[in-house]
Amino acid sequence: MADVRRVISILVENESSVLSRISGLFAGRGYNIETLTVAPIPNSNHSRMTIVTKGNKRVIEQITKQLHKLIPVYKVVEHDKMVEKEMVLAKFPIDKNLSDIQALCQAYNGGIANVGKDMIIGMVTDEPCRVKHFLEATERYNPIEIVCSGVVAIER
Amino acid sequence: MKMNGARMVCEALIAEGVKTVFGYPGGAIMNVYDELYKQDRFEHILNRHEQASVHAADGYARATGEVGVAMVTSGPGFTNAVTGLATAYMDSIPLVVISGQVPLSLIGTDGFQEIDAVGISRPCTKHNYLVKDIKDLPRVLKEAFHIARTGRPGPVLIDIPKDITAEVGEFKYPDSVNIPSYKPTTKGNNRQIEKAIDAILKSKKPLLYIGGGVVLSNASDLVRKLAKIGGIPAVETLMARGVMGHNNPLLQGMLGMHGNYSSNMAMSETDLIIALGARFDDRVTGKLSEFAKYADIIHVDIDPANISKLVNVNYPIVADISIVLEKLINKLEDKIDSNRYSNWREVLNRYNEIHPLSYKDSDTTLKPQWIIERVGELLGKDAIITSDVGQHQMWTAQFYPFDRPRQWINSGGLGTMGYGFPSAIGAKKGCPDKTVINITGDGSILMNVQELVTASEYNIPVINIILNNHFLGMVRQWQSFFYEDRFSETDLSYQPNFKALAEACGGIGYDVTTKEEFDTALTDAIKKDRVAFINVAIDRFENVLPMVPAGGALYNMILSDNKESE
Repeated sequence: MADVRRVISILVENESSVLSRISGLFAGRGYNIETLTVAPIPNSNHSRMTIVTKGNKRVIEQITKQLHKLIPVYKVVEHDKMVEKEMVLAKFPIDKNLSDIQALCQAYNGGIANVGKDMIIGMVTDEPCRVKHFLEATERYNPIEIVCSGVVAIER
Repeated sequence: MKMNGARMVCEALIAEGVKTVFGYPGGAIMNVYDELYKQDRFEHILNRHEQASVHAADGYARATGEVGVAMVTSGPGFTNAVTGLATAYMDSIPLVVISGQVPLSLIGTDGFQEIDAVGISRPCTKHNYLVKDIKDLPRVLKEAFHIARTGRPGPVLIDIPKDITAEVGEFKYPDSVNIPSYKPTTKGNNRQIEKAIDAILKSKKPLLYIGGGVVLSNASDLVRKLAKIGGIPAVETLMARGVMGHNNPLLQGMLGMHGNYSSNMAMSETDLIIALGARFDDRVTGKLSEFAKYADIIHVDIDPANISKLVNVNYPIVADISIVLEKLINKLEDKIDSNRYSNWREVLNRYNEIHPLSYKDSDTTLKPQWIIERVGELLGKDAIITSDVGQHQMWTAQFYPFDRPRQWINSGGLGTMGYGFPSAIGAKKGCPDKTVINITGDGSILMNVQELVTASEYNIPVINIILNNHFLGMVRQWQSFFYEDRFSETDLSYQPNFKALAEACGGIGYDVTTKEEFDTALTDAIKKDRVAFINVAIDRFENVLPMVPAGGALYNMILSDNKESE
């Protein structure tokens, strides 16, 4: 069975140990985590986690079933039709062309987030495959540091 | 009503109908022990090691079907309890374990006897709690018992900081539990059940594959009934011994690594597996690609994650087995003809005639299988049999005439040496009218031997039959088969005087080298009604057979010391 990439959203009780329950489940059972994001859902005592994982069909099925078994887990969605976005912050030296970098960031739904004495910070938010292209495109501007947020997704 | 957290714990145990708590005090749990001292509604058994406390609670749970309760202190008290939690977790046994924790203000400071109990126990509990607010304590206690006993049962840990057990709060034990994210499926999908019925009616060689879930669901009578109305042959896993009853003509025996020939061949040739509360463990399936190649599979299990985990299932039914079996029996009763599978039954009977489960008895040395059969003849279905882990465990599973569920108590999933004696203590507390025998080995018994003191103090007359081959026998057997007789660290020739050891701790000891001596010792031990060690010198090199080598196909069994099946 071939490995597939899957985006899984998990609705959980917002309690202190819930992240370790989920990350521990992945580690203990040998499942992959490519990215993981978590934040509380406004006006509720729930949080939402988005995990990007890889595995064959049987593994993905086990992941969703094992997640369901955790007591503080309300809902597990293995996304099929979804909108997914990832954010990137990229820091460049000031000696690079500011307008080039601005144009690049704009092409990927972003712009310049901050300009300092000796650096520029660009920000983009786009689909994961486009983010990959953005990261390739930044290479010629010698980025000092790149921070990726991990994927968030919502079912269409 | 206002009370401190410690009293709340005691009140909750009383409200849950707990009769016996197994435990060991220490600094962080002292508040609870102080309240425990002031009440007389439940009894506390002081084991001499926290691991034994949890195993005893586990044995109590398995023998009675109720939730077992253990209590330990923080730090080493808790870490000693981890093996007990993991043992219960792997076999889905309902436990509530209460551990003390350092005060909230000290958590995270590497305080004296501080350890992250919730972090350590996360992978070996069904759920766990760290109580940080006295207001949560009544709800947490109620939820813990509910989670432990519902759905797929399992151990639940409640870790309570010392300042929480001291703090005074309002106590009202909740009448009901409301956990929106925890609603086990119990009824089963009717369309899948209909499809399963069609599959059974079309099948030519169906086979009931019975697992420990049947015991947990108290569904043995229904399984026997289904087998009977359909004339459907059955195999049991290690955890399900006793479900069908050893005299049941439909029972082939135990399957798996040390299963008998007809059971393993039945699994290899069946065209329809009806799996009930079994989880296709590697010790059962052998090589997966060769496992039950000709079979469609109906799988009834309360845990959806068990279905299609290792083997693809055609008819998945997530449900409590009892509920599904009632539906199956209702619908099949008029439709199924118990003669339909008579050819299949004859095939299996013939397999059993060709290669029955057997051993070669001897006049000069005692054979472990004879001892087990003899205990069976003398005590039969009245006794509760526990075991440790190793050769003696497999021989007991093979040769004891188990006749009812909850008669056979052993650590199947985790394989915990040292489980047998404390779990026997728990079983005896739960079922005081039954004779409780721990069949153990000279390796395993030493892993919780301190329980001699516990059993003596409370006069819990558990009889330990030590099948003594002066070896770590199962590992020695593998070394003989697969490591060219290099007996690396398995020779246990240096050992205590077991008879004297038992006597030193207030029990009775017997050294046995002949059949007559064994009969005399067992009869005397039962009569004296005290904790006993019967140290039986057995054939040093006896092997557990048949055997499917790890990773091999189920139909490729080593049948005797010099014969393999084709």
